[in-house]
Amino acid sequence: MYVHLPIAEMSVNVILILGMGGLVGFLSGVFGVGGGFLMTPLLIFLGIPPAVAVGTQSAQIVAASVSGVLAHWRRKNVDLKMGLVLLAGGLFGSTVGVWLFSLLQGLGQIDLIISLLFVLLLGTVGLLMLQESVRAIIRRRRGVAQRGKLHEHNWLHGLPLKMRFRRSKLYISALLPFSLGVIVGILSAIMGVGGSFIMMPAMIYLLGMPTAMVVGTSLFQVIFVAANVTFLQSLQNQTVDIFLALLLLVGGVVGAQIGSKFGTYLRGEQLRALLALMVLTVCGKLLVDLVAMPGDLYSLQFPVIVR
Amino acid sequence: MNRAPASPSLLLMLVMALLTLPSHAKAQDLVADLSEHLVAITTGFTGTDVLLFGAIEGQGDVVVVVTGPAQDVIVRRKDKVLGVWLNAKSLRFSGVPSYYAVASSRPVNTFLNDALQARLEVGAQHLRISPVEGQRATEREMIDFRQALIRRKQVRGLFQDEIGEVSFIGRTLFRTRLFLPANVPTGTYIITAYLIRDNDVASAQTTPLLISKIGIGADVYDFAYEQSAAYGLIAVIIAVMAGWLASVIFRKS
Repeated sequence: MYVHLPIAEMSVNVILILGMGGLVGFLSGVFGVGGGFLMTPLLIFLGIPPAVAVGTQSAQIVAASVSGVLAHWRRKNVDLKMGLVLLAGGLFGSTVGVWLFSLLQGLGQIDLIISLLFVLLLGTVGLLMLQESVRAIIRRRRGVAQRGKLHEHNWLHGLPLKMRFRRSKLYISALLPFSLGVIVGILSAIMGVGGSFIMMPAMIYLLGMPTAMVVGTSLFQVIFVAANVTFLQSLQNQTVDIFLALLLLVGGVVGAQIGSKFGTYLRGEQLRALLALMVLTVCGKLLVDLVAMPGDLYSLQFPVIVR
Repeated sequence: MNRAPASPSLLLMLVMALLTLPSHAKAQDLVADLSEHLVAITTGFTGTDVLLFGAIEGQGDVVVVVTGPAQDVIVRRKDKVLGVWLNAKSLRFSGVPSYYAVASSRPVNTFLNDALQARLEVGAQHLRISPVEGQRATEREMIDFRQALIRRKQVRGLFQDEIGEVSFIGRTLFRTRLFLPANVPTGTYIITAYLIRDNDVASAQTTPLLISKIGIGADVYDFAYEQSAAYGLIAVIIAVMAGWLASVIFRKS
């Protein structure tokens, strides 16, 4: 069953899109990650124009984050003050990101930048995860208990504009979460990801937030940053396909529910190793596409005539 | 994205120009019409056929030329930089037909000389498309980019790479089938049927064909481009509602 996507301007198989949403949703349920960093490359592999894949994903992320944050809100796992500082940075960063996106699209380099950023980030995250999970598996076999400080004091704690975050029991410079928000905001606008795979490690290791607070607070700010991206991408680039977003969402929500039940039966380290391998596979495919000689060196672009 | 403004007066002028193009033609020697003058692209559109039929009086060959509304196209060439293939040189072309097809009753070279093929734009190589003025490029690049433009259009099925067949039923009636693929651009198409005798146009007739998007998909598209801010807001609201709904449904189960 085929449906014509109005913004992507192509016909796609509904079952395939639902299945893809379901698969990525399942993985995000199993691993507890957003899945945007897998979905955007998959959409590109399917032939959806990269710009539309990115714009549409941001709408999908809004929906996924809303349903995710409600559970954390009820458990009081959201540091609202921290969330707002991150959000201030995120709104600024994502606005800059969408502007950069338009600029790069005009120059004909947006597809390249999207691919390059994905290769870089998926490669780094995949390798780090693989290394960490393999170590954990070895440790478990040897039966050594893990120990370590929650966070260490360094020059980052000497920055001005110190602020008290009661929920997270922190007294740090507001510049830290603000700049983190800016960086993740830019990336989420250009790559169509929620950015939790950068945001969450940074919150734990850089800011020193308690792990319990991290997921809820990250999701909270992602809603608004992704909403900002969705709005601005629609306004400036007309790259949000709401049909496609809803199809992905339906598949994703169902997949995530099955995934989260399935995830409880599996062991953490092995799961992470599996996810790492998957991330590296997607990264490898993108890399091959970048360095392999294209079938035709020439491509066409149809500039939109503004009336 | 493939939208061109179709102003009625411009269209009329174009039709008039095409009708008067064969100066000493006798218009009654060829009559032609389409099976339909409106093609609606609905949500489930996967391409369609349009039938052109007509009759000629006396001897001659029939050539049918189909062109979609003109558009601007940027052609980009990839170069290898630091091991990565990236878009380097680009040239902008204007007046490129968004769709182009030709059908003929016999191989065109047997009854049309090169000059006439060029004048009637029979064959993609004869299309009058050229780069926008004031761009820096060598003669060689101009030719390469133009060829690449035609090739990429052919790959998308928007320029037909082979000349279609006009079949005769008896000596006077003719028909040809025009296939419009799923990705056919919208707008007003110009379909011209020529009657060729002794390497000259004996008669010609032009028929417009309107291709437009219809239904909810078309409304969404128009809304996204014309009311971008409202579209963005609604997209966010739909996403928030969908996310909330999902959490409500799965909380109970």
